[in-house]
Amino acid sequence: MIQIRLSGSGGQGLILAGIILAEAAVIDGKEVVQTQAYGPEARGGSSKAECIISDEAIDYPKVTVADVVLCLNQESYNKYGKDIHADGIVIVDTTLVREFENKENVLALPVTKTAVEGLGKAIFANIIALGAVVGKTGVVTKTAIEQAVLARVPRGTEELNRKALALGWEMAQKAC
Amino acid sequence: MSRVVLMQGNQACAEAALAAGVRFFAGYPITPSTEVAEIFAARLPRLGGKFIQMEDEIAGMGAVCGASLAGVKALTATSGPGFSLKQELIGYAAMAEIPVVVVNVQRLGPSTGKPTAPAQGDVMQARWGTHGDRAAIALSPTSVRETYDVTVHAINFSEKFRLPVIILLDEIIGHMREKIALPDPSTLRIIERKKPAVPSGEYLAYKPDDDGVAPLAAFGDGYHYHVTGLVHDETGFPAGSASITADLITRLHTKVYNAKSEITLFDEYFMEDAETAVVAYGGTFRSAMAAVKEARAKGNKVGLIKLITIWPFADEVVARAAAKVGTMIVPELNYGQLVGEVHRAANGRAHIVSLPKVDGGVFTPQEILSVLDKEVG
Amino acid sequence: MEQSVEKLLRTKHLAHIWCPGCGNGTVLAATVRAIEHLGLDQDKTVIVSGIGCSSRASGYMNFDTLHTAHGRALTFATGIKLARPELTVIVLTGDGDATAIGGNHFIHAARRNIDLTTIVFNNGIYGMTGGQYSPLTPTGSYASTAPYGHIERPFDIAKLAIAAGATYVARGSAYHTKMLADVIIKGIEHTGFSVIDAVTQCPTSFGRKNKMGAPAAMLEWQRDNAVTVEAAAKLTPEQLAGKFIIGELHRSEAPEYVAEYDKVIARAQKGAKK
Repeated sequence: MIQIRLSGSGGQGLILAGIILAEAAVIDGKEVVQTQAYGPEARGGSSKAECIISDEAIDYPKVTVADVVLCLNQESYNKYGKDIHADGIVIVDTTLVREFENKENVLALPVTKTAVEGLGKAIFANIIALGAVVGKTGVVTKTAIEQAVLARVPRGTEELNRKALALGWEMAQKAC
Repeated sequence: MSRVVLMQGNQACAEAALAAGVRFFAGYPITPSTEVAEIFAARLPRLGGKFIQMEDEIAGMGAVCGASLAGVKALTATSGPGFSLKQELIGYAAMAEIPVVVVNVQRLGPSTGKPTAPAQGDVMQARWGTHGDRAAIALSPTSVRETYDVTVHAINFSEKFRLPVIILLDEIIGHMREKIALPDPSTLRIIERKKPAVPSGEYLAYKPDDDGVAPLAAFGDGYHYHVTGLVHDETGFPAGSASITADLITRLHTKVYNAKSEITLFDEYFMEDAETAVVAYGGTFRSAMAAVKEARAKGNKVGLIKLITIWPFADEVVARAAAKVGTMIVPELNYGQLVGEVHRAANGRAHIVSLPKVDGGVFTPQEILSVLDKEVG
Repeated sequence: MEQSVEKLLRTKHLAHIWCPGCGNGTVLAATVRAIEHLGLDQDKTVIVSGIGCSSRASGYMNFDTLHTAHGRALTFATGIKLARPELTVIVLTGDGDATAIGGNHFIHAARRNIDLTTIVFNNGIYGMTGGQYSPLTPTGSYASTAPYGHIERPFDIAKLAIAAGATYVARGSAYHTKMLADVIIKGIEHTGFSVIDAVTQCPTSFGRKNKMGAPAAMLEWQRDNAVTVEAAAKLTPEQLAGKFIIGELHRSEAPEYVAEYDKVIARAQKGAKK
């Protein structure tokens, strides 16, 4: 069983990223539960999506001890960045998380910067981050995540999103 | 063909309702139930059904009652504050015996409370929220897949027993997404309301058959019958004698209680050798299952009872378990509501421990496990 | 009463509950005559009412009839009409039922312009509960809950309905029974939300407290204070003070809700096939 927590602020597309990750797990034939927590506002505020992926039926639907944590802003790093399994991995977006402990299990990547510079829009940060999470951890297969991304994104943006996923994947691979 | 998909609880509820023949939705937007309305808004017109967002919660309830009397299966969805408002016409539907389904995705209250926080604080309201006396049917699922099945059951029960059936979702199950195998709709067992088998001149809309339920004609089918929230006789017209009043109010109970074994949906886990039992429902069941498995891994003989049917309460199930185990633990996301029913059903045969939680969070398995450890030890 | 009208009534359930001299029976009679005149299919006509003296009228009419909860008749009627558009749905309500507890439903049904005909039995008082003031009780009159005189201003049901979007609005009275039946006929014929403000008398709960005299005197008050739309056009506001205008007050064309929803169905089904 792998417990994944995607955190950041509202509007960064983290809940969509959680759904895509969960759908990739379904494609892989795994059991999966996805939940979220967010404030009442649609933009700003904190946002958190969780996925539990397992070969067996999942009882408790929330993350107890995270194996993978993604932090897309400083507040979420402060809250969840250290709340992790001993062998867990933390992925931080260095564009928005300035202060973090650069330990061995921390993968520091310029996610939002890459989105803006590589694809022209910060909104691709969530898909780049997904690429990085999967590239680093292999929680789902590369073909499943690609299929899941393409099934969810707006028509006409498939190529940009495919590219975003690849950018994240490569960044994570390079850093490994 | 069944399909394997990732689906949210609220979505499973809407999908099941469509599969079971619901073709009318009226409601008012409220977190955390809004997805149900949004899905119906998109899907119903494609099926030739009707969706309407009404001016308030009461209006949503009135419109589904009207649609049902016009012969169309109808459902509304809401959350705590809206459930309070709907009580007026839930009572009307009970008295006038109109089949409708009310989905209440529970959130923390009272009042506006915490709109996105899960809670199970409306279980007693589902039973007693409307004034007066009648039997209620309320079902509470523990997973996305079970939400699908429970919704089909709720629609079937409402049609079969001619009453408003309440689905008590909670924010956990309503908003959670899980991998589920969606059944092929053609394999579902769907119950339709009984239609009159007599010519219009002989039809009595409130003359029960042996099962305590009268056939229900649709408005527009030529039966010219009368529906009222006043005490009425079998013709449906107001009548107030003591015996007519007592017969009606009694029948509003017995038509449900006589079918209790059919309506009571539950499951038991590890109860064969259990010395301690957890009684759980809704989203809390998931935490309880994780806790019970851990307790058993430690060698403790702990069992688990899952109540899907909340009302009528599963007295026999609880009584049977109480005769066997020493202690029953009842975790609930409220200050302790259904535990009162467990007490009543156990009737002194077991030690009952209430485990309330009112902080807006869900139970962690550890929170239940620590109480289990204490009670077992 | 003529044979053809009689079959539209549940004669077995008459005598009615209304007090001697109450105008509700007159409004009911005008409604039934209108239905008879139009030759509406008895099987395809549904009568929906709320709570109060007026709302008992549904029980006396030989159709599918629905006596709902206080103020909620329009919500049930909306569900019936939308679920089964081929039915003619007529709503019988009182001034308190329609504009106090049911006021929100009233303005929104008008806004949607859903094809319902609403007949408001307007006696300006809560009769069934014994004479408490309603949103139509005139300022200065007495009610059991206004023992020192009523200080609130009343609604003008017709203006309220027009402002909210109703597309047929008329007023009649229990005295002008022929005209009342005529505007009910036109209201039912009209496609869209129709409101008939039927001014009627409550001798027991309003008349007595306000020294209006016998029921016949209350009818004479209606005769003497009603001004037709045509006559009113020639009068100054001063001359119209204290009078009420009867006749067809408003008629307009606007998209009707159920027809518009049929277009939604067509769009959704076209989209689904893509």
